[in-house]
Amino acid sequence: MSEVEFDHHADRSRMKVSDEVAVEVINMNKWYGSFHVLRDINLTVNRGERIVICGPSGSGKSTLIRCMNRLEEHQEGKIIVDGIELTSDLKNIDKVRREVGMVFQHFNLFPHLTILENCTLAPIWVRKVPRREAEETAMHYLEKVKIPDQAHKYPGQLSGGQQQRVAIARSLCMKPRIMLFDEPTSALDPEMIKEVLDTMIELAEEGMTMLCVTHEMGFAKEVANRVIFMDAGQIVEQNEPEEFFSNPKSERTKLFLSQIL
Amino acid sequence: MSMQETAYVRTEMLPEREPPSLNTGPIGWIRANLFPNWFSSLLTLASLFIIYKLLAAFIPWAFGGVWNASSLKECREILQGVDAACWAVIHERFWQLMYGFYPDNLYWRPNLALVMLIVALVPVLFEGAPRKLLAVTIATPFIGPWLLWGGTIWTPVAAALGFVVGYIVYKLIAGALSDLAGLVLGPLAAVLWWILLAGRFSDLMAGILPLGLQPVESRKFGGFMLAVTLGITGIAASFPLGIILALGRQSHLVIVKTLSVGFIEFIRGVPLITLLFVAQVMLAYFLPRGTQFDIILRVMIMITLFSAAYMAEVIRGGLAALPKGQYEAADALGLNYWQAQRLIIMPQALKIAIPGIVSTFIGLFKDTTLVSIIGLADPLGWVKLIQADAAWNGIVWELYGFVAFVFFIVCFSMSRYSMYLERKLETGHK
Repeated sequence: MSEVEFDHHADRSRMKVSDEVAVEVINMNKWYGSFHVLRDINLTVNRGERIVICGPSGSGKSTLIRCMNRLEEHQEGKIIVDGIELTSDLKNIDKVRREVGMVFQHFNLFPHLTILENCTLAPIWVRKVPRREAEETAMHYLEKVKIPDQAHKYPGQLSGGQQQRVAIARSLCMKPRIMLFDEPTSALDPEMIKEVLDTMIELAEEGMTMLCVTHEMGFAKEVANRVIFMDAGQIVEQNEPEEFFSNPKSERTKLFLSQIL
Repeated sequence: MSMQETAYVRTEMLPEREPPSLNTGPIGWIRANLFPNWFSSLLTLASLFIIYKLLAAFIPWAFGGVWNASSLKECREILQGVDAACWAVIHERFWQLMYGFYPDNLYWRPNLALVMLIVALVPVLFEGAPRKLLAVTIATPFIGPWLLWGGTIWTPVAAALGFVVGYIVYKLIAGALSDLAGLVLGPLAAVLWWILLAGRFSDLMAGILPLGLQPVESRKFGGFMLAVTLGITGIAASFPLGIILALGRQSHLVIVKTLSVGFIEFIRGVPLITLLFVAQVMLAYFLPRGTQFDIILRVMIMITLFSAAYMAEVIRGGLAALPKGQYEAADALGLNYWQAQRLIIMPQALKIAIPGIVSTFIGLFKDTTLVSIIGLADPLGWVKLIQADAAWNGIVWELYGFVAFVFFIVCFSMSRYSMYLERKLETGHK
């Protein structure tokens, strides 16, 4: 996989990891029917961490982060997000979803709403923010992702890269404390990947806690403080990016890296 | 550039050009579409000949018709053997075709109800309309029937209070127990109010403050007034019911799902006419002895249930066409089930389902003519009544043609509106 050249290199000194725990996954297991898709997952994410999760397709990496805002249900173990344990209790699920933003591979913008409406919908209805204030916040984040002039267009009129940046802005409008990225650049043309990754780097520099499923190893090197390699539903190896890429320990990791780099 | 050269560098980018224009203008269009070759030219000429023949027969018949006569015999005398329409029957019996036996000094009431209906529809159908008109939209379901049937003003008030009761109970229960309990008990309280208390309330209030209109019995309803009354209530009631059934069918709650599927499959498996017979004859057996249950109301309920089942399936088609990502994005943003449905899912699913929804509406409106079989005098019922009159015995084309024409205007308008709506809601995504 070719690596993207970034406009500016990430300023790691600004990315601080605190001692406070943001996400804790304890002995978590999940099945799809009889298929054991996640096996004994243990993971602690501190506030301010930027974690990149990689692995072959079908390894369960997307499923793992989708469990963290309960888009997927786990059957065993515990997931505690922002101090709230995810169970079938709808009130807790809603609380967690308010604090956790998510960006999808296929953007999932709402095609019947304008860009601005996409960004203000959840703050208005979920956080009960007054419309005027929600619109100001939305414009602020649209400026940050560099598309304020598209605010009154519909998603269908934007390029893929622009749509994904809107999707990031839409999540940020909820002022989340944790951001989940599920292969955010996999559906994009090479020229558009960079603009999305640049946005994500800026977000990292502001200290956002990020969990990112991606194959962009350049991004991992630039931003991540930890890289997790998954295969067959389990965490096979995790390490700091430098060590992970230059000196992988497991044979499976070595094979994977030799194929994608 | 020849293909043999491997290296090539473009020095300047090409400017944009107009597309080549060979067949423009009306003559170009005619040549391209009507006379592109000898076979097509032949078909065009044959078609033109057939159209000419049809119009040459129809136009003198329709426009050379007689408008003033008191019987078919008189018509024929005036025409003296010329083959032309006897529109006099429409002229003579126009008010019956429109209002049935509705008292003619009270025609203003259905007329006013119709005006109110049109005003009520404006804010629903057109986005740019003043929002204040929504007050009319909310009032019409209560005031409209009161205008048609008359009686005390307290009946529609009692009916409206049912919604207030339901809402208050929902709010109290949802606050004290859970949202689901509120959603079950709120409507239940409303239904109990309507069945047990609404009648007493309106009797009581009518005793205190007797305000009302002269009552008109259901059997006096007829003609297009009846068709429109049945059609509009059927459309207005079956649409929300269809949405609820479609959502029920997708629910994870087993009981809700089973009930929805059972209802939809049962209703779709039975002909409407059977349901109408049930409404006419059978329903009386199930109700407590001595219950007065209006025939038109019974028919309305059956028509509504019937088209709600079809509506549910049409809307389910729209729901199925939505990508799963839309649900996930709504969930991930923290919207609850009803918010996600109202703000994200339904606006898109209904838009996709517009052609099917409008087809169901049109079908429903035309199906109202089936009530003539159970003895209600809708336009077709009136056609038969008029034909049975000695003065107009033997007249066919004019009456059916007129009824067909009015139905066509209404149905075609619905169809055009749906196309307008589809264009308006187009936001360039596919």
